[in-house]
Amino acid sequence: MNNQNTEKLDPEANNLNESLYRAMLRIRAFEEKVLAEFSSGNFRGTTHTYLGQEANAAGVLEEISENDVVVSNHRSHGHFLAYGGDMHALFAELMGKTTGICGGRGGSQHLHWNNFYSNGVLGGTSPVAAGIALAEKLDKRNTITILFLGDGALGEGVVYESLNMAALWSVPILYIVENNHIAQTTPIDQNFAGDINKRFEAFGIDSEMIDSSDVIEINTTASQLVKKIRIETSPHALVINTHRFGPHSKGDDTRSEQYMEDIKKMRDPITIQTERIKTSKRLEIENDVAVEIEEAYNAAVADPISVFR
Amino acid sequence: MQTVIDSLNNALKTALEKDEHVLILGEDILDPYGGAFKVTRGLSTSFPDQVLTTPVSEAGIVGVASGLALRGFRPVVEIMFGDFVTLAADQVINHAAKFRYMYNDQVHVPVVIRTPMGGRRGYGPTHSQTMEKIFLGVPDISIFAPNLFIDPGELLLASIFDVDDPVLFVENKIQYTQKLVIDDDLQEFIIINHQTSGIKGEIRDFTSPIQLSLRDAPSPSVTIATYGYMADLCRQAALQLAYEEEIFIDIIIFSQLLPIDISSINSSLQKTGRLLVVEEGTVTSGWGAEILASSLEKYGNHHFRAMRVASNDSPIPAAHILEQTLLPGVEDIIMAVKKMV
Repeated sequence: MNNQNTEKLDPEANNLNESLYRAMLRIRAFEEKVLAEFSSGNFRGTTHTYLGQEANAAGVLEEISENDVVVSNHRSHGHFLAYGGDMHALFAELMGKTTGICGGRGGSQHLHWNNFYSNGVLGGTSPVAAGIALAEKLDKRNTITILFLGDGALGEGVVYESLNMAALWSVPILYIVENNHIAQTTPIDQNFAGDINKRFEAFGIDSEMIDSSDVIEINTTASQLVKKIRIETSPHALVINTHRFGPHSKGDDTRSEQYMEDIKKMRDPITIQTERIKTSKRLEIENDVAVEIEEAYNAAVADPISVFR
Repeated sequence: MQTVIDSLNNALKTALEKDEHVLILGEDILDPYGGAFKVTRGLSTSFPDQVLTTPVSEAGIVGVASGLALRGFRPVVEIMFGDFVTLAADQVINHAAKFRYMYNDQVHVPVVIRTPMGGRRGYGPTHSQTMEKIFLGVPDISIFAPNLFIDPGELLLASIFDVDDPVLFVENKIQYTQKLVIDDDLQEFIIINHQTSGIKGEIRDFTSPIQLSLRDAPSPSVTIATYGYMADLCRQAALQLAYEEEIFIDIIIFSQLLPIDISSINSSLQKTGRLLVVEEGTVTSGWGAEILASSLEKYGNHHFRAMRVASNDSPIPAAHILEQTLLPGVEDIIMAVKKMV
């Protein structure tokens, strides 16, 4: 699609395209900054970047309302930023500053702000998310809970205990499985028997699968599911076949250079979305994001380090 | 006279009545069965919306309880046998116990996990253990264990309403049907209720240790620290030692196993110079090991003798005589005291 065509889209679609583009770019720029600056000593510990998967968080979380709950995992930054989490506070958390989301106590994987929760033990969030969704249903708050899982986490038994209960009690939960075909350094064919959808369907949970890094496609599907769950108060799953562009954490990517080149060329959500944005607008967004990153990062660097209490 | 089950059952009823955000979750807890040990009998009939039967998923149900707790509920989860608490260990340690701290005190997880520990019923190696010690040292949880000398129901109510962090509430199978000890039963003893200090939150008295000292007796020779079912065995041992051997002991009965607070041991230990810790679980790295280590650090400049009565490090056999030999009884306590004096 060339740039002239974007003029014909209605303003609402334009706005959506632009806001999704911005959301993804913010994540991309944040994660690139984190990886670049790790060696500077401002960041400590570990981190699991969301590069390549931006469309999943952006597309899905565009659809949530203020009171909905998001439960995330170790690869949390993309979810957090798309949720509306503060970029400065996220930088500060990774730097162990008082201004961090959790005052430096949680670090990259253990975040909580508003209705956003993450934890770093794979699969362990599953029953917690089911309990959250049950609470929301019992208190009649009319919300949905979104749980992000990866293909690796589907190895944990407690996930299946949770699916059983979520279905049994019909809780309003949307499972987003980001299948990036690799769990740390282990490709999915060495980890996974059977069919992802069928694992959900075994519990009577409808499960859809898309193979896309197109944020509009993801957003459209997510929008339908979110509406359905709100009406039905029941669990649903969406499996997004996606690609992780970076290492699992840092320095632990065992995939071939050629493979990485190919997926970055063919499955970059940002490149795909670029086609829908007018050039002038795109440059404006890119500039905004660049400025936002620098300001947030520098502010966090200047913040005081956390004190033990 | 009230049994432990009566007391616990009434407390759960009170809790469900008082607050519709108190929920009870567990396996086989619905009426008419009312739970494997009947602690929840009658509750699902009276409070159908607040009592949930769950699949056989210990990790799952503790996790669900944590999620409920994060969103404003006060769930009480029953793990049918204490041995099965291992299945839920990750959810207790890496989720329920971590959320408040790692989220920088923005949340609370007021979950109570109740479970019966203990053997002596011939249930065999995986249904008889005393396993609370695997959670000793986990930060930001409390472990409470009722005994016959306090009000178990009040301890449970305190766990549900007065503690905003996870509580492991350790019951005992044999103790369930035992009658609570009333003042008449304790005529030979003076009862001292120790106020504990430094406990987070407004905890009522029910978590303070109770000290039994023999009335009208010469100064005690041994201080016993114990909890749960073993407390009554220590009382029996104390009477036998007093009448038959003229050896007099103080018994400090703990209801709160975690956070550790040994201050109530001091006044007796100053008199006796001998500390015996009595527990049912395996001896290595048990609660006794912690109590002795803490006491040594705190009071060790006044030298004292230390000993433990506990099970040897062995799985618990099912056959009656074998089980009886392994698990500590009144005779083992008496023997240990005599060895120390």
